[in-house]
Amino acid sequence: MAEEKKVYTRTQGIIPGAVSGFCPGCMHSTVHKLIGEAAEELGKLDKLVRVEGVGCCGLGQFYVTHDETIAAHGRAGAVATGIKRSSPDSLVYTYQGDGDLAAIGLAETMSAANRGENFTVIFVNNGIYGMTGGQMAPTTLIGMKSTTTPGGRDPEKHGYPMHMSEIINQLTAPYYIERVSCDTPQHVIAARKAIKKAFQYQIDGKGYSLVEIVTTCPTNWGLDTLKALDFLRDSMFTEYPLGVFRDEGKKLK
Amino acid sequence: MARIEITTEACKSCSYCVISCPKKCIEISEKVNSKGYLYAASVRPEDCIGCAMCAQICPESAIEVWR
Amino acid sequence: MAERVFMKGTEAIAEAAVRAGCRFFAGYPITPQNEIPEYMARRLPEVGGQFVQGESEVASVNMLYGAASTGIRAMSSSSSCGISLYSEGVSYCASARIPMVYVNVQRGGPGIGAIQPAQQDYMQATKASGNGGFRMIVLAPDSVQECVDMVYEAYDLAERDQNPVLVLTDGVMGTMMEPVVLPPMKTDEELAECRAKFMPRAIVGHPLGQQAYCRPGSVGDGQEKANIEAAALYETWDKDIRVEEFMMDDAEIVFAAYGISARISRAVVRELRAQGVKAGMIRPRHIEKPRFQQSQGYNRRRNVYPCTDEMGYRLCYPGQMPCQGSPEIRRISPDKRSGNEGRTGIH
Repeated sequence: MAEEKKVYTRTQGIIPGAVSGFCPGCMHSTVHKLIGEAAEELGKLDKLVRVEGVGCCGLGQFYVTHDETIAAHGRAGAVATGIKRSSPDSLVYTYQGDGDLAAIGLAETMSAANRGENFTVIFVNNGIYGMTGGQMAPTTLIGMKSTTTPGGRDPEKHGYPMHMSEIINQLTAPYYIERVSCDTPQHVIAARKAIKKAFQYQIDGKGYSLVEIVTTCPTNWGLDTLKALDFLRDSMFTEYPLGVFRDEGKKLK
Repeated sequence: MARIEITTEACKSCSYCVISCPKKCIEISEKVNSKGYLYAASVRPEDCIGCAMCAQICPESAIEVWR
Repeated sequence: MAERVFMKGTEAIAEAAVRAGCRFFAGYPITPQNEIPEYMARRLPEVGGQFVQGESEVASVNMLYGAASTGIRAMSSSSSCGISLYSEGVSYCASARIPMVYVNVQRGGPGIGAIQPAQQDYMQATKASGNGGFRMIVLAPDSVQECVDMVYEAYDLAERDQNPVLVLTDGVMGTMMEPVVLPPMKTDEELAECRAKFMPRAIVGHPLGQQAYCRPGSVGDGQEKANIEAAALYETWDKDIRVEEFMMDDAEIVFAAYGISARISRAVVRELRAQGVKAGMIRPRHIEKPRFQQSQGYNRRRNVYPCTDEMGYRLCYPGQMPCQGSPEIRRISPDKRSGNEGRTGIH
């Protein structure tokens, strides 16, 4: 009998034995482990700095093992600018939800991207405010019900979903922009690859990267975990198609 | 022989591993962990090919895989 | 070697910060402090520092929060209505106990107010610079020289207390030129030593098991504990109270003033003395303790008249103030009503 080999180990980027504070089926915790795995593969866990947004992402502070600071709601882009410029050897990422990045932090998000700041933005887009109980986000789909759009999002009153990867892709400075998801093992692997690539670009001093992860929020969508996956694929992916929007590194090859 | 190990205390019963297993050898058991979740368990372990798809998708990093 | 130069207040503040070791500056344009970011944009690259023009005051103060949390000396500056937008970031720095220095070159208010100098942010600076009931050391210079000295000293105080420090100056000192002696440039070794003390909790990346975290808030009883610790710190500031006494030996009428109003009050005291009135002045250099005059016993001894360039509040505690001003003081003050209330307005 051949000696058995461990082929999948929990990353050291998250606290051993800790159970995340996220709801069942929430992909925030998946993204947390992917960040840990990507940094671990690059041998950079000891240089990793997390700038945490406000919202469900705040639960990550009790889950990660690397350095972290909490930015005021929406200001992660500004805080990361201060950190990266003062400590260029650190591997800095912001971890933000849709409300944090696309509503209250829009100015900080756009301006950091426009300056081409050399850090990585991990943007988790589930189309709703999770922590505060399911209010409308800038990314909420048309017709989607939330606690502040009880009749569904009506474009007449609430405008249209914002496509942040596409919007940031209008700027000149960003180096790498990709939208991924975590709904299948294949997508999880692709998401890890994207995060790792963004980190590598940062290490190489290439500048701003955005990895948008379209995820579910079973709790506030009011769906069980598997039905939420169906909604993700049928509706969210239609509005937010996965793919690489920009990869300057690939262009060079 | 390939095998998986599930940290049942971390399982939140999302079933992502169940639908991701190509050999259908993970199921949600009828037992609950201390948080009250019916946790996932390996069934027909002899069918496991150690592909780690379950571990990849598990949000809680609750599955480790040997092959 | 001390260097004597003729400099504008805002530029002197910026140069003093650089000499104190400031290597990161983020700011947003607002009159009358524009020369600070402008000077920094030129000067910081010369010493290996970073200058960022923020997209707003909100972004600037959060960049400051980020930069200071890596343990380097960082600064930002703004003016009154811009400082209102700093509340968020300053509160976070105070909560996370991040040492940093920022400067308010006051202008008129409220609201967008006017670009003329004023001292109307006294209440905000000393009592509520953000949510959460925190306090900061507030340094109030009355000359360009003191602007320089106080900015230079502010970093040591911030690092001693692991707390933000505010330098509260105004548009007069910001825009006027005076001869100043500039302090020596801190060496890289000195700065490395300052930073080394902060490194265990600097947000720069640490080996596993040595995680540094900067939490401007916590769950459970963590916040309560942090607030109790902070309150204990604020009590230690009594020892920092430094008051300039001007012609106080036999003074029967005392002006209490800070910053630019102190310069005006000094002239008034001289004029009153020439008329035979026994006038004097006290000027707190640290104004974070609004009731400093009680702890120093001034109220018990004399009639104290607060003189600040604002309509509303004052340096002194109202219950301790006499109800009537002397005829001389009424004559000096164009605002008789406030003069009668013992709140001499200087406008």
